[in-house]
Amino acid sequence: MTRQMTGAKMVVQALKDQGVDTVFGYPGGAVLPIYDEIFQQNDIRHVLVRHEQGAVHAAEGYARSTGKPGVVLVTSGPGATNAVTGLTDALLDSIPIVVLTGQVPTFMIGTDGFQEADTVGITRPCTKHNWLVKDTNKLADTIHQAFHVATTGRPGPTLIDIPKDVQFAQGDYTTPQKARTEHYAPTVKGDIDAITQLADMIEKAERPVFYTGGGVINSGTAASQLLREMVEATNFPITSTLMGLGAYPASGKNWLGMLGMHGLYEANMAMHDCDLMINIGARFDDRITGRIDAFSPGSKKAHIDIDPSSINKVIHVDLPIVGDVGHVLEDLLRIWKSRGRKTNTEGLKNWWKQIEAWREVKCLTYKNSTQTIKPQYAVERLEAMTRSMDRYVTTEVGQHQMWAAQFMGFDEPGRWMTSGGLGTMGYGLPASVGVQMAHPDSLVVNVAGEASWLMNMQEMGTAVQFRLPIKQFILNNERLGMVRQWQELLHGERYSHSWSEALPDFVKLAEAFGCKGRVVKDPADLDDAIREMIEYDGPFILDVLVEKHENCFPMIPSGEPHNKMLLGEATTDDAIGASGAVLV
Amino acid sequence: MNALKIKKGSSRKSAYDLRDPNADIVETHTLAVIVDNEPGVLARVIGLFSGRGYNIDSLTVAEVDHTGHQSRITIVTGGTPAVIEQIKAQLGRIVPVHRVHDLTVEGQSVERELALMKVAGAGEKRVEALRLADIFRANAVDSTLESFVFEITGTPEKIDAFADLMRPLGLVEIARTGVAALSRGAT
Ligand SMILES: Cc1ncc(C[n+]2csc(CCOP(=O)(O)OP(=O)(O)O)c2C)c(N)n1
Ligand SMILES: [Mg+2]
Repeated sequence: MTRQMTGAKMVVQALKDQGVDTVFGYPGGAVLPIYDEIFQQNDIRHVLVRHEQGAVHAAEGYARSTGKPGVVLVTSGPGATNAVTGLTDALLDSIPIVVLTGQVPTFMIGTDGFQEADTVGITRPCTKHNWLVKDTNKLADTIHQAFHVATTGRPGPTLIDIPKDVQFAQGDYTTPQKARTEHYAPTVKGDIDAITQLADMIEKAERPVFYTGGGVINSGTAASQLLREMVEATNFPITSTLMGLGAYPASGKNWLGMLGMHGLYEANMAMHDCDLMINIGARFDDRITGRIDAFSPGSKKAHIDIDPSSINKVIHVDLPIVGDVGHVLEDLLRIWKSRGRKTNTEGLKNWWKQIEAWREVKCLTYKNSTQTIKPQYAVERLEAMTRSMDRYVTTEVGQHQMWAAQFMGFDEPGRWMTSGGLGTMGYGLPASVGVQMAHPDSLVVNVAGEASWLMNMQEMGTAVQFRLPIKQFILNNERLGMVRQWQELLHGERYSHSWSEALPDFVKLAEAFGCKGRVVKDPADLDDAIREMIEYDGPFILDVLVEKHENCFPMIPSGEPHNKMLLGEATTDDAIGASGAVLV
Repeated sequence: MNALKIKKGSSRKSAYDLRDPNADIVETHTLAVIVDNEPGVLARVIGLFSGRGYNIDSLTVAEVDHTGHQSRITIVTGGTPAVIEQIKAQLGRIVPVHRVHDLTVEGQSVERELALMKVAGAGEKRVEALRLADIFRANAVDSTLESFVFEITGTPEKIDAFADLMRPLGLVEIARTGVAALSRGAT
């Protein structure tokens, strides 16, 4: 039996049938019929953000901390264009979100109507797929397809543009079971011959390393579990990208720490000197590889990825395996075990000895101070005081983000939310809103830089309205610190527009929003301030005034290979070759 | 405070220049892309090429299955073998794309293009144009006392050759369809 209803009602029904409990959105003329339906039901909570970009980042935070797709509802024209940054962010970080946009009525499309924008045209390159629905009978089917595409294969953002007349018109509702989803079916099982070959390589390798990424987390908790089993059973060292932190626990003994431009010395050296690199769900991003032609010159490389276009895109690999990380790891473990669980123990012993020597460098060492709060120290204290708690961390983009990645440890997937691929300043605060919506009783901290934080600070209003006790931990160096660092290292210390002038008083700002704030300047007061932030029952802004000119190390300068890593005050003449200056 | 003592005034050269100067040779490939004939699908394919900096030498598209609403897009593109592999993988990622065939590597294929050429002239040149058209099996589909429109079908190379011959004989205008291609054999 088919059910007749209006398009607007269909939207709400389809969301319910997809198991959606939370929608982040902002109303406007072209979505009023849908808002009218939202008003008349209680199953779906609508979170009114303060800017559509905030809605998308909140949905990303929700998605990454729950493993479920995040949902966004915005109006046509400016509502849709404001969502573009968030869509691009979700595309680059493979985050499943479904965005519904209103559109002018079908008969007005193309007339430059009020708040008309070519939303599907604008968002085509920043969504995994998008649709303009011109027939109410196809609306429910399209929404179900959008969820299917967003969540299967390599996840990503999808968008459905819904003209207002389609929302008003009556049509037949299609259930998720009846929706046409069959033709989009990415490969999940890996090729068994290739997996067997990988098992063989694992048995022989003298200097292996697991290089894991966000794909492990996207594959689901089972994949993280299998990865842990694999690492423990082989005793291979493991490093991860910024996106993959938490898939293998930071407390695990084989953990080398994050790799990449600001990764740990031992992780990058292991990548450079290994003889077998096993890439699991990572994509050889340029923040990871450094100089391509000197990237891990002596290794055989295997690459497990669900997206065939990730393979051989940047780095040529010897053994590609297209498939879902969870499925492939399951087969790999089974095959490797059935062949007798062999590894090259003698080689491994020497390899670990070498790694221990690299660890001895203690690359995260920094000069602490009793006068000013060092940003590293602030993050260390935050880590020490919250590590054992039921905790989620988001970040903005800049030095503070890298310090958070270096000094904080995550023992579970989905606990760390940061903008990796796009590097979107303004991500962290709205993302913390989304995470806290999904986990009302957990501690949610946004490790922020003052400049990034200002980019979406309006979302404090959302936090106060919805009583979300998010903690804004602002490392305030009064600088666009990461930009300043590059200017110091690459542009002759000419600090062109990289300081934060006319900053607001963050304590008064907190009060103005109706929450609480505190400023801390003396290292001796830091613990007390962090304690107050954690214990306060509500949103809190902690303005941590930190050393203004601290640089983030280690650092692989652009255009250099891993073994040309710069360490703290260990200085090198001409550290960044002239040719690196052009790279971002 | 310059912890790294880097010389001031770094140069503008790019580290991307550090890549192997003997990069692989550029090859031309003909791809057949089977897609759902839905609005915007061609924009997705073209947007992929422009967005990622790939070349399109020739492009044809038409619905080939009216009941199944499937279109066939034939693209002639150039790139190193690695780039061609990327193009195919990226095309395969587009949701309404069903299949991507690389006709250049999947065995032998036939390629045809159709062109219309307007040639204007009188006297000897006009006779010579007709004579050459006959050799190339081009048909005159329109003629006036001082012009012809020839229709010619063949490989792009054949059409190029014919156009080169027509140029001194009064070639006015060319319209080309782009390449249509099919693999040879029963499947
Ligand atoms: C939207 C956006 N604009 C510009 C940049 C470039 N950018 C990267 S980091 C950075 C400075 C960030 O400053 P802040 O948030 O204070 O963090 P800090 O580096 O000082 O810790 C800038 C401008 C960006 N990543 N995103
Ligand atoms: Mg700052």
